[in-house]
Parts: sequence; structure tokens; C-alpha cells
Amino acid sequence: MIGIIDYGVGNLFSLKSSFEAIGEEVFVSGDKEELKKASGLILPGVGAYSDAAEKLRKSGLDDFVRECAREGKPLMGICLGMQLLFEKSFEYGEHQGLGILKGQVVPMEGKLPQSLKIPHIGWNGLKFTKECPLFENITEGDCVYFVHSYYAVDCEESLASTTEYGEIMTAAVCKDNVYGCQFHPEKSGKVGLEILRSFSKLCK
Amino acid sequence: MITKRIIPCLDVRDGRVVKGVNFQGLSDVSSPVELGKFYSDCGADELVFYDITASAEGRALFTDILRQVAKTIFIPLTVGGGINTLDDFDRVLKCGADKVSVNSGAIRNPDLINAAAQKYGNQCVVISADVKRVDGVFRVFAKGGRENTGMEAISWIKSCVERGAGEVVLNSIDTDGVKGGFDIEMLRAVCDAVNVPVIASGGAGCAEDFVKLFNTLPKVDAGLAASIFHFGEVSIPELKKILKENNINVRL
Repeated sequence: MIGIIDYGVGNLFSLKSSFEAIGEEVFVSGDKEELKKASGLILPGVGAYSDAAEKLRKSGLDDFVRECAREGKPLMGICLGMQLLFEKSFEYGEHQGLGILKGQVVPMEGKLPQSLKIPHIGWNGLKFTKECPLFENITEGDCVYFVHSYYAVDCEESLASTTEYGEIMTAAVCKDNVYGCQFHPEKSGKVGLEILRSFSKLCK
Repeated sequence: MITKRIIPCLDVRDGRVVKGVNFQGLSDVSSPVELGKFYSDCGADELVFYDITASAEGRALFTDILRQVAKTIFIPLTVGGGINTLDDFDRVLKCGADKVSVNSGAIRNPDLINAAAQKYGNQCVVISADVKRVDGVFRVFAKGGRENTGMEAISWIKSCVERGAGEVVLNSIDTDGVKGGFDIEMLRAVCDAVNVPVIASGGAGCAEDFVKLFNTLPKVDAGLAASIFHFGEVSIPELKKILKENNINVRL
């Protein structure tokens, strides 16, 4: 069973429902002992980076997530959850992430043409940069739903997919058993559900 | 590049979609769950549900319905209608809404926008404005377009964005229901004033109105409509095909 890590940021209703819609049993928990029993983990997240990183640390879930990643358990970060997998973020200052993946998170502000609005909100197409099991049942060019103002850079090691919004931006990453999506698969219609289905298969 | 969004809007009263709809293959055309699924399946990029219920019972029913919709449909959901407090935000977000649209509630208490943006993030707060020309000036109307607030609309919308609203739905009362096309002049004034996504509402009568909207005002992010979709006058797949043929980037 897949465990969705609840550390007090964001609403997990849609995420849980989307797994249920593809017939996967999931549970939501902030308890390490419970989460240990999971066959795979989802690290969700919306809101501010510093706040989320702090909540992970305070609950001791940061070490737990690192340990799971090391042990080889499938782990997928979504949106801010993906950004937390990297070493650090420059969202209002400089904040340490989990450091599971190489790379950092930087603001779009100042990097995009003036005509583009921040946040990047809406459906945008995926370009694949390497093979990744998450994309097994989707096609290059498929659109997924993004909502973010910061994006990951210097992450060539794990980069699996990009999208174009003024800049070429990291859309998804994968390295060994660790996966991440900047977009929201749980809000990306059939394409998103296929990505979650592929992740579920990795957790069997 | 990012795609232009097509958004059907459903008015819900006491748990049912109002304004009759007529679709083949739908067993219950006034069920928000069935209609929501129908639109999601045919390529809508987002759904907006407006709760036009007046009673507390109806509101509880709406919350139940919303939860069912959010369990069935995996595209962004925006909810509006009767949003006056942070508790109202909380109530609909917990049921699976992604964004909450405020209108009269923000006119009564503009600080609601600041508080909600701070708590849930700018991307979650949508300012919906009903605007009408009065003696050549854009004025904001409250209470579903019935009451002139006397406020100048562009400065009102700008102030809402400064307070933290992450998206604007502009509904032109002048073009609403006329089916003669979107209110390009009013939309242009808003697009020039803010740098957050702008959703055009009011006036769509045919697919060409959307083509004209996105071609004339590339800064508009989305087109919202109700009856032309509900009555099948414009089908979403057909509309998107036409947009694509006109080199407007859409999700197919």
C-alpha cells in the first residue's frame, strides 16, 4: 500500500482520491511507524518552502524520508514535495532541502520575459529528456497541470522531463527509486492518473 | 508553451445544476457530478462551480456534492458563491476545491483576500468581478450583478491583486447573455492593469468568439462560459479543434 506523507502542508484529499480512482489503496499518515509499512511513499506539498522544510524537520520525517530513499523504497515528490528532494531552495532566502537529489530551486522572477505571468499556472506540454518509468503510458507533448513560481535547476543528474515557459523548466525527475513531478498529476486528468498508475506499479 | 484554458461554469442550487441542460447520454443532466464528469471527459481544462444556494441546508448539500465531484474528476476545480470568511475557504478546500473565487465577500471585506492569500497561497484566491459600464465608467457590481457598488472596476481589481488574488475572472454584465462575443475593451483594460492570469467571462456565443478573444488579447489566459456549453451550442472538443486550427495553443 502506498503511503501519502502528511506533515501538515496542503490538502491531500485530491491526491488520495486520485489513487483510489485507479484502484490503488493508499493511506495518509504522519506517523513513521505507519509509513514504514508502505510499499512506496508520496511526498506532497504546497505553500512556502521554508515552512514545509521546517515541518519535515520538526516531525523528524526528514531523516525518515532520506532513509527510505536510501533503502530503495519508491518515493515520489509532488510540486513542493519534489522541490524538497533537492539540496536547497532560494525561495525568500536560502533554505536547506532534503538533499536526496542534486540540484536547487530558484525563483522564476527576473528570469522570464516580462510578458509571462508568475506563477506559471495552467496546462503545459511535457518534453522527455530521458527514459523514466513514470512515462510508460503517456506520450511526449501530453499536457499536465502546473502551479508554481519556483523551479529546479542544476539537476541534470535526475532530469527526466522539461516544459517550456519562457525558460526550459524542470517538469519531472527520476533517479533510481526517487521520482518527482513539478506539476500536479492528481489534477492532470487522464495523463496524470497514468503517471500515478506507473508509480503504483513500481511499488508492487 | 502554456495552453489557453476553456472553462465551463456550473451554477448549483440546493445540490442541482440550474439552467436546464440537454445532453445525450447523460442520465441526469442536473447532477453536478455527472455534468462535471461529462465536461472533464470532453476536455474541459478546469471547472467552476458557483453555489447560488441561499439556505444553510443547501450549503451543506453543496459541500457534499463538491466532495463527490472532486472524487470523480481530476482537473482543477474552482468554487465560488457565498464565500465570506476564511471558514468558507476552509470548508470548500477540504472538499477538494483547488481555488476559491470571491466576489461580494471581498467587496464587503477586502481583507478577506489578504488573509486567504496568506493562509492558502495566492494561487488559491480568485477575484471574480461583475463589471458594467455606467456613464462610460467601468463599475463593480455586487450581489450577482444587482447592486452598483460605485467602485471603479479596474482600480478595484488591481487592489485585489495587490492584496494577493492570484487570478481574475472578469464577467462583463454588458456582454453577458447577449452572445455577441467577449467584452474585448473591458478585458484589455484589466489585462493592462494586472500581471496575473485573466479569465474572460460573459458574451461567448460561438467558437469564433473564443478565437477572436485569444487572437486579439493574447494576455487572456482562459475563456469561461456556461449556457453555450450546457445547451450544446458549442462543444468543447469542437471548440478546441477550431482554436488549434487558428494557431491558438490548446490541450487536446
